[in-house]
Amino acid sequence: MTTSADSFLGILAVLASGAVTALHVGAGAFGMALVLGFLLAVTVTFVKSRAIGLAVAAYIEWMRNVPALAHLFLLYFGLASLGLRFSPKTAAIIGLGMVGAAVLCDVFAAGLKAIHAGQREAALSVGLTPSQAMRFVLMPQMLRLTLPSLGNYASQLIKDTSIASAIAAPEVMFYARNLVTSTFQTTLIYVAAMVLYALMLLPISWLFARLEARLESTR
Amino acid sequence: MNHPLLQVQGLKKSYGPLDVLKGISFDLNKGETLSLIGPSGSGKSTCLRCINYLERPTGGTILLGDERIGQVPARRGGLRVMTDKELAPQRAEMGMVFQLFYLWPHLTVRDNVALGPFRAGGLTKAEAGELADEMLEKVHLRNKASEYPERLSGGQQQRVAIARALAQRPKLILFDEPTSALDPELVGEVLGVIRELAEEGRSMILVTHEIRFARDVADRVIFMDGGHIVEQGAPAQVLDSPQMERTRNFLRQVNGEHGTAK
Repeated sequence: MTTSADSFLGILAVLASGAVTALHVGAGAFGMALVLGFLLAVTVTFVKSRAIGLAVAAYIEWMRNVPALAHLFLLYFGLASLGLRFSPKTAAIIGLGMVGAAVLCDVFAAGLKAIHAGQREAALSVGLTPSQAMRFVLMPQMLRLTLPSLGNYASQLIKDTSIASAIAAPEVMFYARNLVTSTFQTTLIYVAAMVLYALMLLPISWLFARLEARLESTR
Repeated sequence: MNHPLLQVQGLKKSYGPLDVLKGISFDLNKGETLSLIGPSGSGKSTCLRCINYLERPTGGTILLGDERIGQVPARRGGLRVMTDKELAPQRAEMGMVFQLFYLWPHLTVRDNVALGPFRAGGLTKAEAGELADEMLEKVHLRNKASEYPERLSGGQQQRVAIARALAQRPKLILFDEPTSALDPELVGEVLGVIRELAEEGRSMILVTHEIRFARDVADRVIFMDGGHIVEQGAPAQVLDSPQMERTRNFLRQVNGEHGTAK
């Protein structure tokens, strides 16, 4: 590394392999949050059991009021002490996914609630089963309503993958800190890390904006 | 021998301590148009919604032909209420038109009409699309097939909703105050379509506040109040020479409100 421009690109190249991990973790956690959050939202919306409603509410409150980092420590160090070992990446996906499920459950439940009950009744009255009504009538409307929130959550999630460095998942901040301890180019390295996050997030924001515009134009 | 198409027997519905239907019984013959009238809160909409089990009755039976709606023999004897999944094929036999239309905003007009036949009626997508166009023709909206519902007027939306019900090829169509949410100048086009269906000899139950229309179109009128059937019979009989005081009061109020305008 001779000039600072060279070293900046060099640093970016090193951090880029961390970005791949961050995107892996982000995508995995997003998928998990999407599926689990949706199932929880459908459960609280349509299952008329008090016990189940309370259980889901308790899960959501717990996940929202405990820092994600604590969940990652519990999953990675806590469970390891009980003999259950996850790789740092897996622990990060599960931990962030479980927290995200609570976030998206709220988002989806609000989306479902915003759809008039008559929409589902009309679907049932033409002879659709409840799951067909969900798939063909409620879900498309729910996704359209919640897309902005999903976009925000996806951006937040990618940023949150940085906390996985604390359990040694080889993501951007993990490499950045390692580089700092070996090269002491503190400012340059952390600026490079920031640039890298921005480079990951801008396409995601752009993608969601495009999706929203496209759904808007089909109305 | 002349088996009624629909038999409603002792239909009851309560919400907690509130009894909305207190034992309603009536028949509907094939090809007949029956109009349910009565003051707000009399239970007429609840009655209609119980027929296709969007509301679960608390008592009574509903027979469509020989088929008992909403109830099956339980494993341990007696009857149990069917799940929504089990109810789907029965509901497909009855079209329902709602006061607020409930067209699906994310689907085109054609897809709104075709969804039921395609997903529940066993038609291919192309067949369901053709059927949808045919039904839209019947409500004079073929030219709107590719539009989204929000581009349509209320009257047009309700006509699409009628086409959607027709596309089920139902044995019976239930209309739940189909013109109550419409601007006055749009009521006529919807009533016109309903009149055409009545003239085709469709079997229909119409909950309505349009008394004059009920008199014109219905073969029979039921006047409900307080969860009971107060009076029923031919429109001329019930609407022009009602026997019961409550019917007379109701008609006086309705006529007082609307004058002779409608």
